[in-house]
Amino acid sequence: MSASLADEGLVIPDAPAEPGEFESALRALRGSGRKLLVAYVTGGLHDEWPDVVRAVADAGADAIEIGIPFSDPVMDGPIIQEASELALRDGASPVTVLDTLRTVDAGVPLAVMTYYNLAFHMGHERFASSLYEAGVRAAILPDLPLEEVGPWATAADPAGIETVMLAAPTAPDERLPRVVARSRGFVYAVGLLGVTGERDALAASSLVIARRLKAITDKPVLVGVGVSNAQQAAEVSQVADGCVIGSALMRRVVAGEGPAGAGAFIAEVRAALDAS
Amino acid sequence: MPETLVPACQELEAAFRDAWADQTFRDELDALLADYAGRPSPITECHRLSEELGVRVLLKREDLNHTGSHKINNVLGQALLAKRMGKTRLVAETGAGQHGVASATAAALMGMECKVFMGEVDMERQALNVFRMKLLGAEVVPAMSGSRTLKDAVNEAMRDWVATVENTHYCLGSVMGPHPYPWMVREFHTVIGKESREQCAKLLENEIPDVVTACVGGGSNAIGIFSGFADTTAELVGVEPAGGAAVGRGVPGVVHGMKSYLMQDEFGQVQEAHSISAGLDYPGVGPEHSHLSSIGRARYEQVTDAEVIEAFQLLSRTEGIIPALEPAHALAWVIRDRAKLAGKTVLLNMSGRGDKDVAQMMEILG
Repeated sequence: MSASLADEGLVIPDAPAEPGEFESALRALRGSGRKLLVAYVTGGLHDEWPDVVRAVADAGADAIEIGIPFSDPVMDGPIIQEASELALRDGASPVTVLDTLRTVDAGVPLAVMTYYNLAFHMGHERFASSLYEAGVRAAILPDLPLEEVGPWATAADPAGIETVMLAAPTAPDERLPRVVARSRGFVYAVGLLGVTGERDALAASSLVIARRLKAITDKPVLVGVGVSNAQQAAEVSQVADGCVIGSALMRRVVAGEGPAGAGAFIAEVRAALDAS
Repeated sequence: MPETLVPACQELEAAFRDAWADQTFRDELDALLADYAGRPSPITECHRLSEELGVRVLLKREDLNHTGSHKINNVLGQALLAKRMGKTRLVAETGAGQHGVASATAAALMGMECKVFMGEVDMERQALNVFRMKLLGAEVVPAMSGSRTLKDAVNEAMRDWVATVENTHYCLGSVMGPHPYPWMVREFHTVIGKESREQCAKLLENEIPDVVTACVGGGSNAIGIFSGFADTTAELVGVEPAGGAAVGRGVPGVVHGMKSYLMQDEFGQVQEAHSISAGLDYPGVGPEHSHLSSIGRARYEQVTDAEVIEAFQLLSRTEGIIPALEPAHALAWVIRDRAKLAGKTVLLNMSGRGDKDVAQMMEILG
């Protein structure tokens, strides 16, 4: 058991100066004039989840976040909570999700999105290397803030795992540059005050946070949380480099629309981004 | 801890530090504790119970506080602080409903809005407290996810706070969660330990009891009473339910913004706690208890539901005090270990009264 109660200190290592594989791929696509689309898929939800990943990649997602379900997803709204609960009930674990992922040749860069305790419990180094071996190149841990990222980043950086940091609307101006400096892969701009889930309209705060971030960084800035459909994706990508779509996609998967339905939805978002 | 909440926690820490050093704030809180909550709470010597057990048992009567438990100490402090910070709304989680009732009470007193999340399972077994909260003007929202108990109510309260942080204070009910909560909540409960120490000095020949004991879910009432005796020779014993023993059966983990002992499966998924007492059904524990345990200053015992039911009845019958199921855990340990404790003086934190549990016990005891 590598997990201990010892205070590991607040030393936050500087992020490596050179972009990693994941970020380089996104930068190259952005350089070609493309708006970036990252899709979120809950790992382990129904047996067909690898087909959902492939369908979403084929439909034009530039990268995919694989959710490793956690028992207490505090940053997630009802849809992703339900998806996580169903997957856990089907026996999903970090081991089963990553084992399966190894066999999925999606053809796009992969990230995982999960909660910190799973990494802490397995041990930072072991978790980082299991991600890498499964073909994952980036990690999003929404309950691991800047102040606490040190021990994880110390293991993840050399293992080839880029840790994506979240930048929230509540961050004061002095905080944002520090979050951005530590972020790798891309900067995850939290679009609104709230948890993941669909909203009727794009929150004004998503444009504000995207603008604040674009003003201080050259790293790809993607807005997630509350980006709910093709039109909102296009709208937010007028300012941001692109967006993350999660709940809107997972609602369709939970409802049984399968890989075909998931692919059709992502194709629609892709088309809107390409037309904007 | 979600990034969105980090600035709020930093702001809260600064505000609490400032308020706690401000005599005006302290005076205002002390006045509320005295004139509204009814402090100081007495210590009751349990003559008949002591005779039956062969152990001298003293109860710190937090059950006599307004709203019926120790929870009011923390809630009055946090509500006063929230008001000072310009917040207009409180959000809280609750297990047995005691913290929810206290939060709803403080909100009513101070003219604030209040929303309380409570596990759906707990709403059923604590229907009386649900009604009390509504009567006090609070909105009570069932937490429907996961185990539908306290842990899930905390998740829902955090999700609400992420969305409402600009005008809302999260009135967390135990010595858990992200900094500054474990520290701040402990400070608001040190009044229990401080009073107890002074009362024991007058009451006891040795001035301090041999053992100080309290039940532990998140651990706020235990930290409160332990704080008065940390620098003495008194043995400190926390009592956890066997089905929710984070210190006894957990391993280090990180959830709800804290690193502490946590009941988890082999992959780090948080396990559900199960006990007769909704207030102790929490798979984690305040980080200071993990610390006290690891340095050996306090030890942690576990009792079963059956032992708790026996303690609940015994205290009612011998002393005319119906305890809440939570502190009945501490008494259950004293009863079980009475041979080892023979001749000793035990101070037990009677953290709440049992009115809320009577309906549930009626079903169990028929």
